[in-house]
Amino acid sequence: MTADAGAKAAALADAAVAGDRLALARLLTAVENRSPIAEAALRSLFPMAGRAHLVGITGPPGSGKSTLVAALIAEARRAGRTVAVIAVDPSSPITGGALLGDRVRMQAYADDGDVFIRSMASRGHAGGLAPTSAAAAAVLDAAGFDLILIETVGTGQSEVEVAAAADTTVVVEAPEMGDEVQAIKAGLLEVADVVVVNKGDKPGAQRTASQLRAMLVATAPRDAGASSSGPRPKRPEVLITTAATGDGIPELLAALDRHRGLDRVGESTAARHTRAEAHVWAILAERLRERLHDDAHATATMALLDEVADHRTDPYTAADLLLGALRSDDA
Amino acid sequence: MTDRPIKVLIAKPGLDGHDRGAKVLARGLRDEGFEVVYTGLRQTPEMIATAALQEDVDVVGLSILSGAHMTLVPRVTKLLTERGMDDVLVTVGGIIPDVDVEALREAGVAEVFGPGTTIGQVADFLRANARPRG
Ligand SMILES: Nc1nc2c(ncn2[C@@H]2O[C@H](COP(=O)(O)OP(=O)(O)O)[C@@H](O)[C@H]2O)c(=O)[nH]1
Ligand SMILES: [Mg+2]
Repeated sequence: MTADAGAKAAALADAAVAGDRLALARLLTAVENRSPIAEAALRSLFPMAGRAHLVGITGPPGSGKSTLVAALIAEARRAGRTVAVIAVDPSSPITGGALLGDRVRMQAYADDGDVFIRSMASRGHAGGLAPTSAAAAAVLDAAGFDLILIETVGTGQSEVEVAAAADTTVVVEAPEMGDEVQAIKAGLLEVADVVVVNKGDKPGAQRTASQLRAMLVATAPRDAGASSSGPRPKRPEVLITTAATGDGIPELLAALDRHRGLDRVGESTAARHTRAEAHVWAILAERLRERLHDDAHATATMALLDEVADHRTDPYTAADLLLGALRSDDA
Repeated sequence: MTDRPIKVLIAKPGLDGHDRGAKVLARGLRDEGFEVVYTGLRQTPEMIATAALQEDVDVVGLSILSGAHMTLVPRVTKLLTERGMDDVLVTVGGIIPDVDVEALREAGVAEVFGPGTTIGQVADFLRANARPRG
């Protein structure tokens, strides 16, 4: 990294922490672009992060996630908390374009200085979207936001991973969404800490909530991860909300806080550990890729990949050889 | 670091209640490879400037049919400048009388797109004139 990027990163990071929203916005752009500025800024900001409550909100399109986020902003602001939102929408794999429309539902808070809303396209990042959203959340966390809401569509693997990596994961369903929901439910419910049946004003909300509760009873509670010594995480609560009117939103915020309290003692460590591991792992993979393609290694790496492509070398042997090449550098 | 898509905010300031045209443009630009943030109807200049800042867009496209462009557009460009976003490209789409076009340019508008403009023409103009920042 150039000294120039380092100086620019330090200036942006200092300004963002001091409350400069333009600097914050530009840092988030650097994070999205995975630029050297982002890396340098994150090194200095990371120790300041870790205080915010990260809440992932996922579920099928149209279930009311963005409307729910807007309602949660209102409720959290009433309680005097500052709120940041990261709203992720998919990029077209063909054109690279994206339509980021979540903000429409949240624009009422556009002029509240204690609310910061950022739309992000998922792009086709190697290693998935989670490292980028984790870095963006860390920047917002360091900038002092109390509550960080991350909205993703619960249809893609990578998108679900983003929400699942939060401290608290909310899965939003709506009544009567048909067969599609059945398919989505099974996979999505696994990551849920809180399940919301939104559109409580529509017929069938109670029935959908009962069905979901039954499904949750049938499946084992969420695995606490590696540490079997911690308290066993609770089965997710199922709540009914009407995001459009605000009904049930105070109860939802209370449930999020309760989960966080629980989180703090036990599972927190599991959720945060998983997030840390994914984040470091993605960086490590990127670093390895960079080194294997640098001037000293590129030719040998490409030759080995060709051998695998031609089935002259198997991929396991190739991986061992590449690791060996890096190891002999270090010797 | 690699080529980041150009990020565009499409906003409808003022009180008219039709956003079909703005939505068609938003979708069209998405299909042309842009990252498009859409903010919906009835946006105040303040809301538009704040959204442009938080989203760190390269372009702000204002769609106006109400005839209030001479009051709304200069307020948006002034707010963007005040908030350090004077490097953002601002374009206006809608039915703008020729006499007003020059005044809008002086207020900082890069281009005015009339009713017959195709999405391809808008996309070409943005690619040629918006430099992705950051
Ligand atoms: N009846 C009803 N409609 C809602 C409610 N919440 C959201 N909607 C509507 O559902 C549609 C999709 O909402 P949106 O928040 O964009 O869903 P998302 O795709 O999950 O983010 C919109 O037309 C909303 O107005 C609700 O509580 N009740
Ligand atoms: Mg949404």
